[in-house]
Amino acid sequence: MGIEQKLGNMGVVTHRLEDVVNWGRTNAMWPLLFGLACCAIEMMGSQASHYDASRFGMELNRPSPRQADLMIVAGRVSRKMAPVVRRLYDQMPEPKWVIAMGDCASCGGIFNNYAIVQGVDEIVPVDVYVAGCPPRPEALINGIMTLHEKVRGEKLTKYA
Amino acid sequence: MFGEIIKGLGTTLKHLFMPPVTIQYPEQKRPVRTRFKGRHELKRYDNGLERCIGCSLCAAACPADAIFVEASENTDEARYSPGERYASTYEINMLRCIFCGYCEDACPTQAIVLEHNYELSFYDRASAIYTKEMLIVDVPVNGRATPQVVEPGVFTRSIPDMENPK
Repeated sequence: MGIEQKLGNMGVVTHRLEDVVNWGRTNAMWPLLFGLACCAIEMMGSQASHYDASRFGMELNRPSPRQADLMIVAGRVSRKMAPVVRRLYDQMPEPKWVIAMGDCASCGGIFNNYAIVQGVDEIVPVDVYVAGCPPRPEALINGIMTLHEKVRGEKLTKYA
Repeated sequence: MFGEIIKGLGTTLKHLFMPPVTIQYPEQKRPVRTRFKGRHELKRYDNGLERCIGCSLCAAACPADAIFVEASENTDEARYSPGERYASTYEINMLRCIFCGYCEDACPTQAIVLEHNYELSFYDRASAIYTKEMLIVDVPVNGRATPQVVEPGVFTRSIPDMENPK
């Protein structure tokens, strides 16, 4: 790629640091063990043997936000739950990403009322929205791969 | 007690040689059921005219208020659909839609059909609003694109007598 082409075959491979870091981030993105409603059942399905999210390096749902990289908001967030979700997000270390899984987390969905937060982007910054009520496990994996595409394009200066 | 341990370990050993059940999702897709409700499509007749007549019954039936329809008048010089009106704007917010299929049931012309695409992920909420151009299917082989110039007095009924008007 770079220096090894000029120096000949030295048995080394060089690469851009940004790509290596993003490759590492996409292939070991641990989600937070955290489900709110029926979408959580499909999230469990995406991690069980048929769809097996560990193929993407995310077999470990971390019960502690301090070890998690990815927050999958699976389900409707009530106004009472909102401060808790925000607190969990604040406790996650950088870099961190958020997927709003399903209609209720994305925009309130069918629950257009005073008790439900009309989209979790009111309280946390959302990277990817996944449509469906609930989304199939494949749809969630598709959302995760969409997020991976986004992470691959990230610049290191974002976290510098 | 020893026999039970052997039995248990035997079960483990049996599962070790079973073929894996994992579906390698992005490369290999599990086929959905025929009645699966995924992303919507707006259908056309065989001659290329749009089935949607802009009646907004789907929007009225939608429990999540995900559909927005705006109708305009058809003329014989610029005809989009049979009858008086057609949908000039047709938008579905995929993040509101709960894929219940009530719009499909409400539609008098079978214009809107929930098809089998479920891969709907977006980077922002605005891109989740699917417009008519994104929802409508391609013109059939023997059909013409809309708007069509047609002879007057042929397509007077919104719900045609025959299934596919000539």
